[in-house]
Amino acid sequence: MAKKYLDNADMARAISRVDGRAKVMGAAKYAAEVQLPDLTYAVLVESSIGQGTITSLDTKKAEWAPGVISVISHLNTPGVPEYKLENQDVIQKQLRVFDDANIYFNGQPIAVVIADTLERAQYGASLVKATYKKENHLTNLESNLSRAAVPKKAKADPKGFTSDFIRGKAGAYKDAAVQVEEEYIQPSEVHHPMELHSIIANWEAADKLTLVDKTQGSQQTAASISKSFQLPVENVKVLATYVGGAFGSALRVWPHEIVAILAAKKVQKPVKLVLSRNQMSYMVGYRPHTLQKVALGASKDGKLVGISHESYGKTSMYEEFTENVLQMTRMMYDVPNIDTKYRIVPLNVSTPAPMRGPGEATGSFALECAMDELSYKLNIDPVELRLINYAAEDPDKKMAWSSNYLKECYRLGAEKIGWNKRKAEAGTVQDGEWKVGYGVATGTFGAFRSAATVKATYKADGSLLLQSAIADIGPGTATAMTAIAAENLGIPPEKIVFQLGNSTFPKAPMQGGSNSLATVGSATVAVCTNLKVELAKLAAQQKSGWNNAVPDHVKISGADLVNSDETSAKVSLASLFSQSGQLEMVISGSAAQGDEKNKYSFYSYSVHFIEAHVHELTGVVRIKNAVSVVDCGTVVSPKTARSQLMGGIVGGIGMALMEEAVIDDRTGRTVNASFGDYHVPVNADIPQMEMLFVNERDEHLNPMGSKGLGEVVIIGVAPAVANAVYNATGIRVRHLPITPDKLI
Amino acid sequence: MNNFQYTRVKSPATAITELSKNPAAKLLAGGTNLIDLMKYGVMSPDKLVDINRLEFSDIKRGQGTLHIGSMVRNSVAAADATVLEYQPLLSQAMLAGASAQLRNKASMGGNLLQRTRCPYFYDITADCNKRAPGTGCSALEGFNRMHAIFGASSSCIAVNPSDMNVALVALDAVVQVSGPKGNRSIMMADFHRLPGTHPELDSTLDKKEIITGIVIPDNAFAKHTTYLKVRDRASYAFALISVAAALEMDGSTIKDLRLAMGGVAHKPWRLTEAENFLKGKTASVANFKLAAELAMKGAKSYGHNDFKLKLAPNSIIQALKTASGVKA
Repeated sequence: MAKKYLDNADMARAISRVDGRAKVMGAAKYAAEVQLPDLTYAVLVESSIGQGTITSLDTKKAEWAPGVISVISHLNTPGVPEYKLENQDVIQKQLRVFDDANIYFNGQPIAVVIADTLERAQYGASLVKATYKKENHLTNLESNLSRAAVPKKAKADPKGFTSDFIRGKAGAYKDAAVQVEEEYIQPSEVHHPMELHSIIANWEAADKLTLVDKTQGSQQTAASISKSFQLPVENVKVLATYVGGAFGSALRVWPHEIVAILAAKKVQKPVKLVLSRNQMSYMVGYRPHTLQKVALGASKDGKLVGISHESYGKTSMYEEFTENVLQMTRMMYDVPNIDTKYRIVPLNVSTPAPMRGPGEATGSFALECAMDELSYKLNIDPVELRLINYAAEDPDKKMAWSSNYLKECYRLGAEKIGWNKRKAEAGTVQDGEWKVGYGVATGTFGAFRSAATVKATYKADGSLLLQSAIADIGPGTATAMTAIAAENLGIPPEKIVFQLGNSTFPKAPMQGGSNSLATVGSATVAVCTNLKVELAKLAAQQKSGWNNAVPDHVKISGADLVNSDETSAKVSLASLFSQSGQLEMVISGSAAQGDEKNKYSFYSYSVHFIEAHVHELTGVVRIKNAVSVVDCGTVVSPKTARSQLMGGIVGGIGMALMEEAVIDDRTGRTVNASFGDYHVPVNADIPQMEMLFVNERDEHLNPMGSKGLGEVVIIGVAPAVANAVYNATGIRVRHLPITPDKLI
Repeated sequence: MNNFQYTRVKSPATAITELSKNPAAKLLAGGTNLIDLMKYGVMSPDKLVDINRLEFSDIKRGQGTLHIGSMVRNSVAAADATVLEYQPLLSQAMLAGASAQLRNKASMGGNLLQRTRCPYFYDITADCNKRAPGTGCSALEGFNRMHAIFGASSSCIAVNPSDMNVALVALDAVVQVSGPKGNRSIMMADFHRLPGTHPELDSTLDKKEIITGIVIPDNAFAKHTTYLKVRDRASYAFALISVAAALEMDGSTIKDLRLAMGGVAHKPWRLTEAENFLKGKTASVANFKLAAELAMKGAKSYGHNDFKLKLAPNSIIQALKTASGVKA
């Protein structure tokens, strides 16, 4: 039987990233690179205390400094109209920029200096001096667990993943023959995309605003800003043509964006504000430091009896941040008894944000390490243990899976990594000075779809322009959409341009939660179908054989429109355009979710296998091999999908081995805010990797047969590494990251 | 960044005159550290004296010595055939440091003078005796994972971050400097200071002096050298612990050796007692362990860096194993 899965060798025939050349050649302009006439530059001044109030703010020196145009603070802000409104959302309450003298975290923006050059603005910012009435701040999660609270969100949504939950009997693991009960800690991690968060705010009229902004949702940013500044939404235009990574950090409007808009209002000129790399550590969210308590109970033959899982994550003092840490625990394994508790701990820190694999990346670290610990106690192979507890349907929703090829993921990954080389007893394989171990872990993330529209402009020269407001933060959305349109219509990819990242383009969701392909791809299929219907209508006026043309059987072939049901019914496209009297055809297509969510449970899956070598004397960990297998339905764009998976593995290795945002609890300041001190993997940390896709169609989510990919690729990598390190050394590290000091 | 003046000099004498005229002037070589520090507001020189045009860019053999000019770029020295032949340890250490881009820019003299990477030194809102004398040391009871275990004081527990310096102190290098009073030589072991009560001073170089070159005496270590750098990621990270080991072997006997450690002190840390112990002894893991124990005498940790008390001796043993080829 021919293989159906996709591996590295299948990538050669896939289409390449359509904007790859522009990005590599520097032709792609990111927000910070855009220049406007009369552009001015804004630099933030930050608080140096963690809690209290500003008692005085000396801005005189800054105002007198050369080139400085204005200094704005709570003393003279033009104000954000939304702050004066009643009935604001108390859960998703933004930090109110310059609204009063209150300080909630160290690093909070307290003023902004606007000057004619960046350097002069930076110098001006260094001259602003604040004095404070300091109060005690709290930043340490572990020592403030007594402040843990049930999120308000949970009260509003009792069936959600942040509400206390019991299936069967709570604490049932205690009755089981074999038990694991442990605590797992994952520190705060920072998104740190390569591109710094940047915005240019330009008031084109008193009620008309254009933003060039790093955002994962051009229309969502426009909507949020229009609400904040009480403008008609059509008067706020947001451009995010290129976004150099985000990983969740650009899913919402942050204080610096509000600051830039206020500044532009004040100076009556366009204002550019680019965060520094250090500011990226605390101005635009992070994966929150989370402590988890997990208890598993199983019978001696490996069947899970009960899981108890609690999560304590930090949030800011002014805003509630929650994520689905416990979702995977509720649906992953066939277990009759589950109880979960989700708590948040408000501290003097900025608000966290979803970070790639939000919730599940955290939850899977605890759950999948605990499963590994259980496998040793049971003396059952960890892959086998997962197969024993495989859930044939969603035990949480009590629904059939839309598709689930987890078993194939385990089988294929085990074969490719050489799982049979793994020894069941930890710390027993040595290669020279290195201890060798293998680990496995699973990831899962819900597969979603929402509503979108794509507009097509098909020109007489055979070129096709497609437009959608969707952002492309790196996964290759334009490439995947081009692939979909090319296959659907028969137009070669090089004749298709997919424009995105513009709020005036047709409706699209945010790029987040792995739903872009399912959502915008469906709209792309719809617009292609509509275009073929229109072309067939024109053809029917010329020739017979087109009256009942089935869109799926109609294709553009070179200069002709062909109908595979009526091979003689070929018409030239030129004749169709001349007949219509138009040089171009403009048409839209929309798609939205149906009632599929009521019939099936939708998830993507990943299984990660890691071979880790740990140096016996220095504790240095080297990942020697990584094999990941993903079930994301049909792979629409193999090359960019492979890159997504590669990035997920790299991110997961970083999470496992080095990422940790450290706060000095005495001051509440981030200690390792720079890129030199906050470690992410470099090339030398990354092994040869094998990226595999099951590539089996999901029949229920969308016409392409795809499921989401971007999030699930990182989920489960960190526990796979931790499990491999344990297999190599016999040392179980339950507090990430796994640095050399923990292994000597 | 504060405003500053800039001048480019064409002779060492002019550079010295500039430094003599203006105590707040700083020499600008590769700039890989100084410019960062200026951007962070840690250093605010009134004037930058650009010495990139000075002719200290030769690598040459002398009478039983190797001479490397102070303006030779780290990447050039690390790849130089003479350096590789006579002092491979130096090349290994330099290649373990920074990134290719930084090494292309960084000079030998600048690397000697690179400042600590203590995060509190970089954060201008934090107390730091090195940056702002008399304010206190935030690292003492703060996040001190990267900090010293030898030779620290209650004023400062920062470490010298350079890899190159560790190799140079092991190799008995001499730093050649020129100043208003003429030329002088400073032994590498005396070039960097311990913090004591004046952590603001990293070295014994006078403010009016300029480094012209580095001289390394010939040795018989070329066949048995190792620079081991233990760090949190495989490249572009400062050492948790580094060890420079250079051995002269006579069969299984260690005829002569040099040992130094990085990431442990305010200066590159020479392990003289361990050297004396191993000299003339058989190369064996048992002896390496005893030497590592001797090397750790007087070590003191500060909380987050407690692990260095174990990682340091382990690293010494590993470096000696690699350099000697001894496995047991």
